[in-house]
Amino acid sequence: MPMHIGEKDFKKRVTKGIQDDFMRGAVRSAQERLQNRRAAAAEELGDWEEWRTLGQQIRSHTVEHLDYYLHQLSEKVAELGGHVFFAETGEEANEYIKQVVQEKNAKKIAKSKSMVTEEISMNEALEGIGCEVIETDLGEYILQIDDHDPPSHIVAPALHKNKEQIRDVFKERLDYLKTEKPEELALFAREKLREEFLTADIGITGCNFAVAESGSFALVTNEGNARMVTALPKTQITVMGMERIVPGWEELDIVVSLLTRAAVGQKLTSYITALTGPKQIDEADGPEEFHLVIVDNGRSKILGTEFQEALHCIRCAACINVCPVYRHVGGHAYGSIYPGPIGAVLSPLLSDYDEYKELPYASSLCGACTEVCPVKIPLHEQLIMHRRKIVEDEKKSTLAERIAMRGFEQIVHSANLYRTATRMAPFLTTPFAKNNVITKGPGPIRNWTDTRDLPRPTKERFRDWFKNREKQGGAV
Amino acid sequence: MIGNIQKGALKVKVSFFITCLGDIFYANAGKAAVELLERLGCEVEFPDAQTCCGQPAYNSGYHKETLEAAKHMIEVFEQSEYVVGISGSCVYMLHEYVHLFKDGSNWQKRAIALKEKTYEFSQFIVEILGIEDVGASYQAVATYHTSCHMTRLLGVKEAPFKLLENVKGLKMVDLPYRHDCCGFGGTFSVKMANISEQMVDEKISHIEETEANLLLGADGSCLMNIGGRITRQGKPVEVKHIAEILNSRGDE
Ligand code: SF4
Repeated sequence: MPMHIGEKDFKKRVTKGIQDDFMRGAVRSAQERLQNRRAAAAEELGDWEEWRTLGQQIRSHTVEHLDYYLHQLSEKVAELGGHVFFAETGEEANEYIKQVVQEKNAKKIAKSKSMVTEEISMNEALEGIGCEVIETDLGEYILQIDDHDPPSHIVAPALHKNKEQIRDVFKERLDYLKTEKPEELALFAREKLREEFLTADIGITGCNFAVAESGSFALVTNEGNARMVTALPKTQITVMGMERIVPGWEELDIVVSLLTRAAVGQKLTSYITALTGPKQIDEADGPEEFHLVIVDNGRSKILGTEFQEALHCIRCAACINVCPVYRHVGGHAYGSIYPGPIGAVLSPLLSDYDEYKELPYASSLCGACTEVCPVKIPLHEQLIMHRRKIVEDEKKSTLAERIAMRGFEQIVHSANLYRTATRMAPFLTTPFAKNNVITKGPGPIRNWTDTRDLPRPTKERFRDWFKNREKQGGAV
Repeated sequence: MIGNIQKGALKVKVSFFITCLGDIFYANAGKAAVELLERLGCEVEFPDAQTCCGQPAYNSGYHKETLEAAKHMIEVFEQSEYVVGISGSCVYMLHEYVHLFKDGSNWQKRAIALKEKTYEFSQFIVEILGIEDVGASYQAVATYHTSCHMTRLLGVKEAPFKLLENVKGLKMVDLPYRHDCCGFGGTFSVKMANISEQMVDEKISHIEETEANLLLGADGSCLMNIGGRITRQGKPVEVKHIAEILNSRGDE
């Protein structure tokens, strides 16, 4: 499965994450910085809740009428002289892109950041036919140089590395001689990349949002590299997930405002590049040939289900930046290029439960994600929905759990059984208790008592106390 | 007049919701809450047929089992004037019943009726009784853990602080990163025990930063989680439910 990264086994990935102190340090400080900046930017905008509601409405309207807007978009692109290709699967998308590349006899491809191309493993497909693909986003570039280390975050793909590690990668691979100062590192990468831009045959970009009414594409970057990718090479290919679309410029304005604030706490990221089709007669720059590849790859099977809201996502990563589970295990532990809460919701949908059955459980359901999502996706509720699917449709929960839940059902709707069960608690647990706490519990309690004490059930339950008190005349 | 309650007026009738953890492990918190509510002018009854709110099943994806719990609890509290519970997340679960049933169904109507009269303990005192100073006194330096479901989902953010601020002798210290989850998450704490352990350890390190010797909270499950880890590590921090402090008259 292309979007899969790292070890197969979830537990091993988690353990590896927890033991990686460097990664955890880098993630903790990045999360803290991003959280604070997001909060400040939201406050500065004022009426953040109203903005979120607006964002939610735009996204839900668009996804509800996705076929209409995709049609409008492709008509517009065609009118402007561009080519449009609908790819049902990742393979179909890669085949088409390879075909364009081969027709152009292209060897070198400059690429701006795009999660959907990661999702379909486009780079590998192109490298397979002998092309060199250069990542021009700074984070992606670092990972590429570092033996194709997979991304661990959807906005800042190299978030798991600290600046010293980045310096070492540059030193080892590119004979970098300067310090770990972020400005020096960025300047060095920029110089390296500039050479690549000038000689690239094809530029490939992702797409933050397509604008249906005008056939335009908005790319949001920190470094302006998307501008270079689209302005210099003669042929340009834009790859978009099929839901990354807004009706018009007015809506674009709102979702981009939400995106940049939620993502990095900026009013605007440094660069927003809008491009519209191939270069027109009266235009000075832009590509001569333009291809749009719209990727489905499992998205349309989400439409119309209880998970449709997951398609509202604008990939801002705010949910990832506040997630405590992500903080402790890091992005790679999710085993998917989509990590964090949105990754836990999306990965099993785009792939399947066999591959990602643990992800919906890798959450304490604390709701921090739901609280920050700029388009109000109820992320923790979607995780519960996954759990429900796993139990009901997939019948993949453990037998022990199913039996326990059957017992639970009986007990909770029978007051008598419940009273008996709770009355038994102190007696059943007595053999395990020491100084009023249980330090080594039986069965599933064991996982708890491995790290924590369990209080000993009180001899007199609350309900016994209450009843006795009433007998003695009630409140004093 | 105390708060919203007229002296000599009819007493506010409260059905007390103890929650299963409260019934078994935290009887003291329940007793304290009942005594305080009575002192504040409520008439407290305890519907003995109450069981568990169904949250363990709900969060694990067992919908059918959750429905059984929900229907039972709706029936148990059908006649109540107010339902007051001492755990934010369980109270939230009672509110959540509304979404379990078909829109417009009779069960949903009954669930809405339950939601409208169900409050978390501190919320009830501040919002319904209109009291912020319950006349408590307790000597300690304390910090307060804001539990996720109570603040984010039930939306009760201020009430516990308002009440605690007015406790004589109690010095409250802000808990850094208080919005972070303690790592309980129901079955998460056993299914993903190693991640949960990292989270509770981080929480405890923040608690230690405050140098408080008392940790307070309004949710039995979080307190069981943090408290269980604290005693295992032998840290000198006591853990209590806010009801125990609010009912205290300084004789401890
Ligand atoms: S789910 Fe919401 S918060 Fe998370 S990346 Fe998508 S839009 Fe951002």
